[in-house]
Amino acid sequence: MVQDNGKEPTLALKLRVWRQRRGQPGAFEEHSLAAVPTSASFLEMMDMLNEQLIKAGKDTFAFDHDCREGICGMCSMTINGMPHGPIPGVTTCQLHMRNFRDGETITVEPWRARAFPVLKDLAVDRSGFDKVIQSGGFITVRTGSAPEANNIPVPKPIADEAMDAAECIGCGACVASCKNGSAMLFVGAKINHLNILPQGQAERDRRTLSMVKTMDEAGFGNCTNYGECQAHCPKSITLDVIAKLNRDYLRARVKEFFSSTGKPSKGGD
Amino acid sequence: MNLDPKTPAGPLADKWNNHKAKLRLVSPANRRKYHVIVVGSGLAGSAAAASFAEMGYEVSCFCYQDSPRRAHSIAAQGGINAAKNYQNDGDSVRRLFQDTIKGGDYRAREANVYRLAQVSTNIIDQCVAQGVPFAREYGGLLANRSFGGAQVSRTFYARGQTGQQLLIGAYSALSRQIGLGTVKMYTRHEMLDLVLVDGKAKGIVTRDLVTGAIESWSSDVVVVCTGGYGNVFYLSTNAQGCNVTATFRAHRRGAGFANPCYTQIHPTCIPVHGEDQSKLTLMSESLRNDGRVWVPKNKADCTKPASEIPEDARDYFLERKYPSYGNLAPRDIASRAAKEVCDEGRGVGQVVDGKRLGVYLDFSAAIKRLGESEIRARYGNLFDMYQNITGENAYKQPMRIFPAVHYTMGGLWVDYNLQSNIPGLFVGGEANFSDHGANRLGASALMQGLADGYFVLPYTVSDFLAGEKSGSRPSTDAPEFQAVVKDVNDRVAKLLSINGTKSPRYYHKALGKITWEQCGMARDKAGLEGAIRDLQALKKDFWENVKVVGSGDALAPELERAGRVADFLDFGIMMCLDALTREESCGGHFRTEFQDAGEAKRDDARYAHAAVWQWTGEGQLPARHVEPLVYEETQLSTRSYK
Repeated sequence: MVQDNGKEPTLALKLRVWRQRRGQPGAFEEHSLAAVPTSASFLEMMDMLNEQLIKAGKDTFAFDHDCREGICGMCSMTINGMPHGPIPGVTTCQLHMRNFRDGETITVEPWRARAFPVLKDLAVDRSGFDKVIQSGGFITVRTGSAPEANNIPVPKPIADEAMDAAECIGCGACVASCKNGSAMLFVGAKINHLNILPQGQAERDRRTLSMVKTMDEAGFGNCTNYGECQAHCPKSITLDVIAKLNRDYLRARVKEFFSSTGKPSKGGD
Repeated sequence: MNLDPKTPAGPLADKWNNHKAKLRLVSPANRRKYHVIVVGSGLAGSAAAASFAEMGYEVSCFCYQDSPRRAHSIAAQGGINAAKNYQNDGDSVRRLFQDTIKGGDYRAREANVYRLAQVSTNIIDQCVAQGVPFAREYGGLLANRSFGGAQVSRTFYARGQTGQQLLIGAYSALSRQIGLGTVKMYTRHEMLDLVLVDGKAKGIVTRDLVTGAIESWSSDVVVVCTGGYGNVFYLSTNAQGCNVTATFRAHRRGAGFANPCYTQIHPTCIPVHGEDQSKLTLMSESLRNDGRVWVPKNKADCTKPASEIPEDARDYFLERKYPSYGNLAPRDIASRAAKEVCDEGRGVGQVVDGKRLGVYLDFSAAIKRLGESEIRARYGNLFDMYQNITGENAYKQPMRIFPAVHYTMGGLWVDYNLQSNIPGLFVGGEANFSDHGANRLGASALMQGLADGYFVLPYTVSDFLAGEKSGSRPSTDAPEFQAVVKDVNDRVAKLLSINGTKSPRYYHKALGKITWEQCGMARDKAGLEGAIRDLQALKKDFWENVKVVGSGDALAPELERAGRVADFLDFGIMMCLDALTREESCGGHFRTEFQDAGEAKRDDARYAHAAVWQWTGEGQLPARHVEPLVYEETQLSTRSYK
């Protein structure tokens, strides 16, 4: 977007940004920022703010970010009340300033969820997601023990459906957007990716039960079908993964109930 | 400096199997007595950490991100090569080996590259079993596509996010081990130094990025898989946190750094738009399967919209110059060709620093041939990303692209076992120098990361551990550890205390401007000599005038950046020195003095070797050593894609 004089249009902004130290209460700080190019990304705008703070000898705002191309899932800002901001299907790093107006006030907060405590300013602890994966978000296959790849045919529609779910980048916007702080979209995406593939069948039930249990223990809330998660997911994961998670969970619980022989467990599990 | 490559004897095709048969083993009951440190959790690091734990070793894995799943391997888009020959188009292990060694402009170690091609097929098996959702045919079998520098279709892919899917595979294997308690995972920890005891790598010192705590960790072996150094150019396709610190700190402790001047400039990135830009975004090379690269024949047309330039006024310069490979010419060649036409004044798009730095990547012919929906199915996410960033619809008008720094072939020197010249320090993935020579072919980085992590390091590290007495690792109270911890603490304190006037980012940008202009796509003697002087001055200025805000006991992004930039400054000097002393052109290293009408002119008589740099002390230039490259079965020829 270049104007006739060859220069890019710029914005002057008012920013309300969350400031907090770990374990202490936080508050908004207000800053003005001028000459923000419309082609800049939201994080580049935050870089400009931080450079301005350094010039004034003040501490910068800490925020998580890494790849800046929408795939690592590290960036996490609630912008004007919306995780990843107002544009559907993009992460904060892929949100560009051309989507804002000159003179606008922008409010920037961290992910707000009980299971994601604030580390500093805009950076939060999302290790709850890793714990859920550690409890079952895998197919057990030791290095070197895999069969020839084409011995496992996967019908294309199944592979595509698994891929749709596997696009989840684990950013946590689903949790941050949910009134209950529920992680069902994240867990549902992972379950759907692995549970529908032929390779994932052997561990299907134990995976489901284990991941749901860990999810509950990690402090994530329940799903009451608000659908905010779907609206804010930067990878457009859809609510049907939650329905399928519920189906697989029910299936696993029922099978667990009927498979019990009453014989005491001897371990080895 | 001992640079024995330890290449096994015998014909290329048998070397790895013969070698594996001779490698020593550690018995299953003894493995838990050994502690393995893995630094980095990308494809190489995650795969290695998971594999070591499966074997029974006690493993600790460190990454600077908040989760191991976020390492920058995740950003690879296009695919992963493997010599499966599922397409029945003449592929084989030897063909993949030949393409890779030729693609690297005959500057890689033959035996390593052959092994890479051999294990490539195991990687696909492993990943499919893990549930990586590769693209498939309707019959349920795996699909392939073609990539630059090859005349067969051997690339496996998962939409435009193959890297994420492979990393999730390795991450899930790693996560399983973390859940089982066999791997201790330390996220938001950055390795700031390496500890040597009796000349062997026996541990590391890290900073906990959340609390600021400086801690040391003792181990029987250290495996560094911390990626490349592309951010020495400031703008690159690397993630913001990618840095050279782990490998450069190891270098300062004695590890040789090989071929730092081999950097890959990727031809298909979104052009630079302005001063405040922090990052360049890659558009997958796979786009060149269906996109045609062109610029106007006449400079006068450069300001017109593409649609107003008739077919006969367009110069499809890659098809014109390289008819047999066309738009799929290898990355270094395609990048230089784009630079050339822009230097001639025929670039398109925005004017940055007085030049139009962009060429068209045009899909109109493919859309006409295949329909928009087919193009959407193949590249939809890339077109969306392009629109997000540029605000332009590439289905309606051609993309504009320009080369950008993407990958670094140089890295810590390793022998055939991926062990550096420091015993007990192993290096995997992009962090080592071993497999790509002077240029890497597309879809080969993922292959190498996983080959090292799953199928090479588990064997060679075990061989090393078999020679170490179990339970002999030193305590972190040992004086060697205390001395390194003190060095790290002093350095952090120094950075925080300078309290000058300029931000770490200011220095990073200044560094990038020097390296990109003088050590980027084209290099020459005078420019490199000037760059070394400028970098030395910039380094001096940094240590006098940098301002690092924040505190040492909390999340302090400016302190992290300052430490990384400080290492990049020293590293940049070494990179320019390497480029200056390699008086030939090869692969990504193009010295304008050494060319045949624009094509790189190698000098095999003088430079068929890896240049390995040794740290000689603060304020001094590093010393150059060489490992001659011995070609047993490969005929060195001029690389031609015409």
